[in-house]
Amino acid sequence: MSSKIKRDRGPRGVVGNGSLDTRGQGMTRRSFLTIGALGGCAAACSAATNASAQQPLGGWPDSYGMLTDFTMCVGCRSCEKACNEENGLPKPELSFDDERVFNEERRPNASAYTVVNRHENPADPDRPVYRKIQCNHCLEPACATACPIHAYTKTPEGPVIYDKDLCFGCRYCMIACPFYVPAYDYDSAFDPKIVKCVMCYDRIRDGRAPACAEACPMGAVTFGKRDKLLELARHRIEDGPGRYMNHIYGEREAGGTSWLYISGVPFTELGFPEGVPDRPMIELTQNYLDSVPMVFTVWPALFGLVYGAMRRKDKQQDNADDEVRSDGR
Amino acid sequence: MQETQAASSGFFNGFAPWFMNKLLMGRSWPDYARSLATPFNVMAVAILIVSIPSFYSRYTQGLSSVVHASAEYPWGLLLSWGIFAGEPLYACGFLAATAYYVLGYKGFKPLVRLGVMAGMLGYMFAASYLLIDLGRPWRLYFPMAVGFGPSSVLFIVAWHVCLYVNVQLLEFTPAILEWLGSKRIHKWVVSATVGLVILGTVLTTIHQSALGAMYLITPHKLHPLWYSSYLPVFFLSSAVFAAMAFLVMLMAVSVKYFRHMCDSAFVDSVERNTITLGKGIALSMYVYFALKVIGVAKDGLWSSLATPYGYWYLFEVAGMLLLPAVLMTYGVKSSNMFAIRAASVWAMLGIVLNRVNVNLVAYNWSMPDHFKHITPPLPETLMILSMITLQLMVMRWILNRMPVLGQASAYRDVH
Repeated sequence: MSSKIKRDRGPRGVVGNGSLDTRGQGMTRRSFLTIGALGGCAAACSAATNASAQQPLGGWPDSYGMLTDFTMCVGCRSCEKACNEENGLPKPELSFDDERVFNEERRPNASAYTVVNRHENPADPDRPVYRKIQCNHCLEPACATACPIHAYTKTPEGPVIYDKDLCFGCRYCMIACPFYVPAYDYDSAFDPKIVKCVMCYDRIRDGRAPACAEACPMGAVTFGKRDKLLELARHRIEDGPGRYMNHIYGEREAGGTSWLYISGVPFTELGFPEGVPDRPMIELTQNYLDSVPMVFTVWPALFGLVYGAMRRKDKQQDNADDEVRSDGR
Repeated sequence: MQETQAASSGFFNGFAPWFMNKLLMGRSWPDYARSLATPFNVMAVAILIVSIPSFYSRYTQGLSSVVHASAEYPWGLLLSWGIFAGEPLYACGFLAATAYYVLGYKGFKPLVRLGVMAGMLGYMFAASYLLIDLGRPWRLYFPMAVGFGPSSVLFIVAWHVCLYVNVQLLEFTPAILEWLGSKRIHKWVVSATVGLVILGTVLTTIHQSALGAMYLITPHKLHPLWYSSYLPVFFLSSAVFAAMAFLVMLMAVSVKYFRHMCDSAFVDSVERNTITLGKGIALSMYVYFALKVIGVAKDGLWSSLATPYGYWYLFEVAGMLLLPAVLMTYGVKSSNMFAIRAASVWAMLGIVLNRVNVNLVAYNWSMPDHFKHITPPLPETLMILSMITLQLMVMRWILNRMPVLGQASAYRDVH
């Protein structure tokens, strides 16, 4: 079924959207890094050549995703309310139907996995655009790449989840995330943790849609297989000329994300970060990590050689001195 | 053999004399207490007392009570100063040891221990900054024991710093053992030195470059003039001269303030080694400068230089790198100690500036209210000041007691 879709999509399909085999290679690459990081040597070097010849990573096959259509969102914040209840988060100061929250731009934080902001519509000032923000659930998440404790997991179902019992609070995932998503509850002295949307992972495993998608009365948030959502997004863009920008945000950004967006106004006007690379963020550090085992193998030999040469020189010097002394006698 | 017995029996039978000799520097309690009333100590204690409330609220109210605590700026000056600006200086131990033991710079012998001590202490303090900034400091060991994230550059940093602290501790053990008077372990540790030094070279190379590599994952957050695929090489090559400049200043401070602890070999070597290091500093500064220029050329960033951030970049690269390199060259050519030392301080400030630029000034440079976010709040500043004070006090404590600036006489021929 899914392979048929892939073939049908042809050149317009998601490049490198992995088959199971590709994914397997990706895992090999990660486990190679374990060896490298811990100083494994010769075997790792041969693996390095394989790694560089690999195809781009493409995420789990047949995984779920979400599609947010900003042209449909009316800013009712039902999604925020549903998310708050589903995840047992503290009640906000202003209620979910209080429009005053739109007076300032908000972002997800320790007590809200998702927020909706109001933006001016350059085309029609009477119809503002609402943007829902939450984790984009990258196919190759930068947070998971950056986490030194492996607290993040990209699940085969699609959500990027994390284990707060592993997190020690270095916040490098926040540095690494190209979308500024993870938040930290800095207010807690004894139990602080990283906080972000987990795409209602438990609900997805139970066969239900995430709470925000289920709660949206306008159908602006759609849950489904990512492949299908890409098709749906493409259809909407083609069927409504002039209604959408010709861009599915998340199709390629940071190597592709499980959460996709289509919009009637440019994404940068909605506060989407500019300059996010199209390739997975892990590729930016890959070469460096590959070089680590090289240092472990080459350096000791190189410096050992210099040390040996210096010792030899010293010995020759000593012998020469001895000869001079015995000659003198 | 007899000496060993004498030392160990002194160790167990006469705790009071041992204590006075080793810890009070041979003085009685009242004498020792009186000797502590110095202007430096008064300042130090004042700083420490003033910072206590900041530490208290950090550990009871959470990080938000002392730092900006924003989602866009997860790291502030605390880490920028404590880790990123500090660690290049602390490469001094690796540098002195590698030059002496491996590269055959026999003249560096008197300053090896000083370098290793300052480096070891620096790394320990860098880890202490983490104990402040980590959300859950009691999990500091997690990357080493509980969860492994081998695709993370920070994982590389954590492992290598952890290993390197232990290597440095072993490298410094001879001085501690001489202080305590143990000969057998001393001999054993000394014989392992060369292996340890080479391992230290590997670990330093990797983690100094890894500190730069940590920012490879932020291409659109870091200003293009500071973002470069060369970041690991930049960080490694600049650590080389930063560490040498730190060594120059360590020597200068030692002969001025700790002369009573210096043996004649150390005092006699200072001028010669300052010039040798000065040459090395000048050379590696020019190398680093060339790399920076190539970096700008490679990414085609010439036009970015004519922007406000470009001027700031030029200030860093011309004003805080090229100019001190020129002064260093002059100092070396004319054997001018003052010029070499001034250029060393200048070069170190340049490295601190570079690290702060990467971590703070150029990171998220296009965000609204950028400068408000990167200005450290008062508690954060106080904590940094008190950490610097503590580091100086511990360093002084060691220099005044352990045979760092001169080898204990009974051990002279062992090394």
